[in-house]
Amino acid sequence: MNPRPGTLLTRAWRALRQLSGDDAYERYLAHQREAHPHEPQLDRRAFYEREQERRFSSGPTRCC
Amino acid sequence: MHKGLKALIWIGIAVLGAAALGGIALNRGESINAVWFVVAAACVYLIATRFYAGWIAARVMTLDGTRATPAERLNNGRDFVPTHRWIVFGHHFAAIAGAGPLVGPTLAAQFGYLPGTLWLLVGAVLGGCVQDMMVMFCSVRRDGRSLGQMARDELGRVGGSAALIGTLAICIILIAVLGLVVVKAMTRSPWSSFTVFATIPIAILVGIYMRNIRPGRVLEGSAIGVGLLLLSVAGGGWVDSHPAWRAAFDFDSETLAFFVIAYGFIAAILPVWLLLAPRDYLSTFVKLGTVLLLAVAIGLLGPEIRMPALTRFVDGTGPIFSGQLFPFLFITLACGAISGFHALVSSGTTPKLIARETDIRLIGYGSMALESLVGVMALVAACVLDPGVYFAINTAAGVVGADPATATATITSWGFPVTADQMQALARAMGEETLFARTGGAPSLAVGMASIFGSAFGDGLLAMWYHFAIMFEAVFILTTLDAGTRVARFIMQDALGTLWRPLGECSWYPSVLLSSLLVVGAWGYFLYIGVIDPNGGINILWPLFGIANQLLAAIALTVVTAVLVRSGKLRYAWVTAAPLAWLVVVTSTASLQKLTSDDPRIGFFAAAADMAAKLAAGALPPERAAVAPQLIFNQQLDGWLTAMFLVLVWIIVLDMVRGCYVHLRKRRAPLDTETPYVPTQLA
Repeated sequence: MNPRPGTLLTRAWRALRQLSGDDAYERYLAHQREAHPHEPQLDRRAFYEREQERRFSSGPTRCC
Repeated sequence: MHKGLKALIWIGIAVLGAAALGGIALNRGESINAVWFVVAAACVYLIATRFYAGWIAARVMTLDGTRATPAERLNNGRDFVPTHRWIVFGHHFAAIAGAGPLVGPTLAAQFGYLPGTLWLLVGAVLGGCVQDMMVMFCSVRRDGRSLGQMARDELGRVGGSAALIGTLAICIILIAVLGLVVVKAMTRSPWSSFTVFATIPIAILVGIYMRNIRPGRVLEGSAIGVGLLLLSVAGGGWVDSHPAWRAAFDFDSETLAFFVIAYGFIAAILPVWLLLAPRDYLSTFVKLGTVLLLAVAIGLLGPEIRMPALTRFVDGTGPIFSGQLFPFLFITLACGAISGFHALVSSGTTPKLIARETDIRLIGYGSMALESLVGVMALVAACVLDPGVYFAINTAAGVVGADPATATATITSWGFPVTADQMQALARAMGEETLFARTGGAPSLAVGMASIFGSAFGDGLLAMWYHFAIMFEAVFILTTLDAGTRVARFIMQDALGTLWRPLGECSWYPSVLLSSLLVVGAWGYFLYIGVIDPNGGINILWPLFGIANQLLAAIALTVVTAVLVRSGKLRYAWVTAAPLAWLVVVTSTASLQKLTSDDPRIGFFAAAADMAAKLAAGALPPERAAVAPQLIFNQQLDGWLTAMFLVLVWIIVLDMVRGCYVHLRKRRAPLDTETPYVPTQLA
């Protein structure tokens, strides 16, 4: 949520990564560490597969 | 920011917008620069987002920044995640931006530039943006529930089922019409066919990269993919210049339609990561990049508008689609002004990401305003073409004749001079065999964009720009086709599950196959009929799509109006009730005309009767007589479909009015269907 201080360029890069979902795995790890520290974590590939499946099975993602 | 400075900025925007609009108004009869359209529209949307949406946020929705959103309360690190508002804005805009606001305005330009521009502005400000924002608000206050669930909760089973049927119908018609747009763009164009086909292996390659080689590295994969897509545009040019390769990619419409249908089925049963997900990433980047490029190019180049403000076709004799300005302008523009489909996204993934209630104004209202601005740019791209050229590209051979001399003579006789030589030179510059009767809107938009890009960034690459624009449209149309088939499949599986339980299991393979087959078969049928129709098919399918889309918008507005009335906000209910009333009038008039008009160019049943009479009298040429029975059946089917849409709209609206009336008459206490207030912990 709170953008850490940085130059304009690094902030833009961070926004682009978040917008595209490039940093989704890192955010997942951070969330797991905080919310469920004792649960096993998915590896990169398993997480990516599960996320893509979820993204396109929870209602319309793209419009006319 | 200092309060006075803020006020000064808003006054500046208002003055700039007024000046731009004034420029358009005062320049009647002279040529107008397209920049004024974009500037005027942008100012109108900015002011509406700041003030009208601000008023709705404060008074109607009473957004509360201290109230925890579902993203915060239900944060699971996956779909419920509090996210910065500009990131959510980007996500939401990418999700709602599609081919509709590009194709609709292109077709609507047959009435001239004025009606389309005005309705894009007015419709979005008072209707479409309000719908998107209100649905999003209702969903955020209800744990991110979907439109279907809210329709069931607020309107009961009738409304819930109607929403489901509406969604299914719109998906099927939408996919068919978009499929037709792609097919028409690739017909007899080896360059376009090669480029569009190449997007499939490119997407698969990127899919494998993102899952197996560098799992989850979306940006790397997308960068490689976009690079390959640009190469495929250049590669198409190479294919086009080699006779043997040229022949291998030279297809007629029917073959291409079968390719698209087969592709749609295979894509629907493949794992998401292999084709759909990577294609979605690529299309999003290409889409956002191209829209930005178009805005920059219009700004740099400042092309002149050549289309008159109004054409003679407002009387209903339009060659691209038939019917008078009212109601068919509103049905045709659909997506750029009010799109029912957006209500599904606004109550889908987006509300689960919103960190603070007060962000809803920017995300809900602002995204749609930007989408409408894209529609204005598409309209500009159509109106910078020579009107004669515009009509020659977009009018079907069945209307003006297949022979270039006849076609140009007919179009010139309408008062839009064009010559066969001019069309030939243009086709050669764009790297195409011919540009006559390239219906569907995509080729005309691509010619418009190529002229704008060409003039702004160098004229030598016109053919490259043209095929880049075709690739840009095809990539996200095919994404919508994939994603839409999947959405329709889930609804279908849900419905089949009530007949026999195992069929309702989303991952049971026989159920996946059966429901995919049914969905693809349904849109494939409409696509095939559209392709064999000598009048271009788009003339029938686009109004049908428009009616279905406006029907879904009517359902969404009905749900939020019911929420407003029953939660004790009767005096603000006009905010959604007024656009709803307008939609009901428009869809009812359009449906009734489509059902009862005696003019075979407008009425479905009249067209069926007319063709049957001609067939019986032997007045049809043999190639038309061969397909006539199918076309007659299809006209009747479309008629019944339209009747169903009309009945659905009225059932839902009357059901809502009855519910609200009972609630008000019995003086019941305001109904609270929101999740209870929890204070936010976010700083």
